Amino acid sequence: MSKKPSASADTGAAPAVTPSRPSPHAQAPANAALSAEQKIELYRKMVRIRRFEERCLPVYNAGKIGGFLHLYIGQEAVAVGACSLMGKDDHVITAYRDHGHAIAVGMDTKPLMAELYGKVTGCSKGKGGSMHYFAPDLNYWGGHGIVGGQVPLGTGLAYAVKYQGKKGAAMAFMGDGAVNQGAVHEAYNLAALWDLPVLFVIENNRYSMGTSQERSSAGELAKRAEAYEMKWYVCGGHDIYEVRATLDEALRRAREENKPAVVEIDTYRYRGHSVADPDKTYRDRKEIEDYRNTKDPLQVFQNQLVLENVLTDALITEIDTAARAEADRAVEFAEASPFPTAEDIQKDVYWETDQPQRTSEGRIFFNSVE
Amino acid sequence: MATLTYREAIRAALSEEIERDPNVVILGEEVAQFNGAYKVTEGMLEKYGPKRIVDTPISEAGFIGMGIGASMLGIRPVMELMFWSFYSVAFDQIVNNAANVRYMSGGQIACPIVIRGPANGGTNVGATHSHTPENVLAHHPGLKVVVPSNAADAKALMKTAIRDNDPVMFLENTLLYGVPGEVPEGDITLPFGRAAIAREGKDLTIVSYGRCVVHSLAAAEKMKAEKGLDIEVIDLRTIRPLDVATVLKSVAKTHRVLIVEEQRPFCSVGTMLAATIQEEAFDELDAPILRVGTIDAPAIYAPPVEKQFQLPNPERVVAGILKVMR
Repeated sequence: MSKKPSASADTGAAPAVTPSRPSPHAQAPANAALSAEQKIELYRKMVRIRRFEERCLPVYNAGKIGGFLHLYIGQEAVAVGACSLMGKDDHVITAYRDHGHAIAVGMDTKPLMAELYGKVTGCSKGKGGSMHYFAPDLNYWGGHGIVGGQVPLGTGLAYAVKYQGKKGAAMAFMGDGAVNQGAVHEAYNLAALWDLPVLFVIENNRYSMGTSQERSSAGELAKRAEAYEMKWYVCGGHDIYEVRATLDEALRRAREENKPAVVEIDTYRYRGHSVADPDKTYRDRKEIEDYRNTKDPLQVFQNQLVLENVLTDALITEIDTAARAEADRAVEFAEASPFPTAEDIQKDVYWETDQPQRTSEGRIFFNSVE
Repeated sequence: MATLTYREAIRAALSEEIERDPNVVILGEEVAQFNGAYKVTEGMLEKYGPKRIVDTPISEAGFIGMGIGASMLGIRPVMELMFWSFYSVAFDQIVNNAANVRYMSGGQIACPIVIRGPANGGTNVGATHSHTPENVLAHHPGLKVVVPSNAADAKALMKTAIRDNDPVMFLENTLLYGVPGEVPEGDITLPFGRAAIAREGKDLTIVSYGRCVVHSLAAAEKMKAEKGLDIEVIDLRTIRPLDVATVLKSVAKTHRVLIVEEQRPFCSVGTMLAATIQEEAFDELDAPILRVGTIDAPAIYAPPVEKQFQLPNPERVVAGILKVMR
């Protein structure tokens, strides 16, 4: 049968899941329960993330986005799969490669793009930038810049959920480079010691910046959980069904038994560590091409859903066209938005100074010339 | 009024707030079963149980970070650092997460955490255990910094700190823990940023905070007896926010300023005060602003040398007063 769609995400030979080779995780409880509409929505979110980030590149190169830009392209199934499992008392926190999780939890792409532009209409009012997206109303707690620094915070979210007697869990995402940070191990110990409902989700894209896993980490990453008597899982990140099947089990354990776990998800980033990374010294182009050609998460899921007769060529094209248009609209919105003002610099620093009436006295800000 | 030690006053504040708000929880090394390394939380585990009074492993980055994360969801953790000196191993969590999360989220997240513990030298514990990081902490917008000098203030300021919706760094003093004072009964709070005039005078203003207020008051009494000088002593109580107005008002009255602090002079709280006073009240000054602080070296172990020479003490404050008055 010939179902190769015209608007394929990435073309190439021998995808891991082809129309003749379905996902072995399709019948896992978390996936068997999905309606066709829900499956299409998962696919749509992955496409929206990719098109949003692809749209960021020319904008960045035109000098409209400052600082760093860490693209998530290649890893979309991880954030979308994980966040699609969240209930009302589940929480998520991640590091600086945070665009995918933001869209996955349901943030609107207009304020996300505006944030990259540093505009006041951005999700953090232009004060956070690419690495610092937040949406507490969607249980999304950032967007954190220091490698591993968010992992104790995620453990604290789990502590709060348990303290308040709710049946929820926190997912603390990190990259493979974070596993060597002390704060991560301190968080592992606290979570295991106190039975906190937290999942430590390692998105292993094989490189901590330009240093391969082999050159930075001793032993197997997830297996370090054993030292804390935590359960650990390793799964593929190219197949969203596999991501969902694995995390669904781990999340249930966390919510129902207050048991933490380490979940390592094998994935891959197509772009450099950040856009500033020329990506020429530490890995082979062939490695990137091989992954794209065989394990691209969008292509893999597209093939799966075509096989399931959930996606048609027409729908694939429609989703892709809509995602591109959405990214264009986000750029238009960002372009048309104003920057924060000089007066905005000292807002949102203290809770109290943002209130109509201050509670304390004295001077709280000190400027060099007044 | 009741007579309580500084330690008991803090314990009273913690206990009253635990009883008032179910989201208040005390965490730290040895705070529960051991009854507190400095006994501030003595008896609290027995009274309030293990959900509210929690022993942590020696893992400051982990548990401070965990407390910050919990506070984002509405828990009000009061985290004890056995010594503030250990802030350095949790510094990333304090300055990047507690101080910045509100800002980086465009004001969407509050972080109502209190981090408390003693920060002082003078106990012959050497350089690693004698840090006084109020200047370092106050350098970071988003944090509030409190350094009480007496039992009544310690209780009232701790209650304010726990109810505050911003991260509050509360710096106590092991040499004050046993000092008794009159503490008003009942639910008394003090707003941050309101300095106390610990002693009124007209000839010179000492600006101080924490235990250095005690040294300053002793020196002022000696100067009254020996020289007939009326020295005003201002107790800042909080470093950030800072009661600049009270300081400037006093300078306009006395025209002479001595800053007394347990800080090494380089980039100290006193440096900030001196800059602010000269920027805003230059014409009021009849003499240069001088400082009495810690001698600029890591904390020395040798007990008599630390006490007599390296740290501020009444004798060194007297010498400073005489120099300003010269």
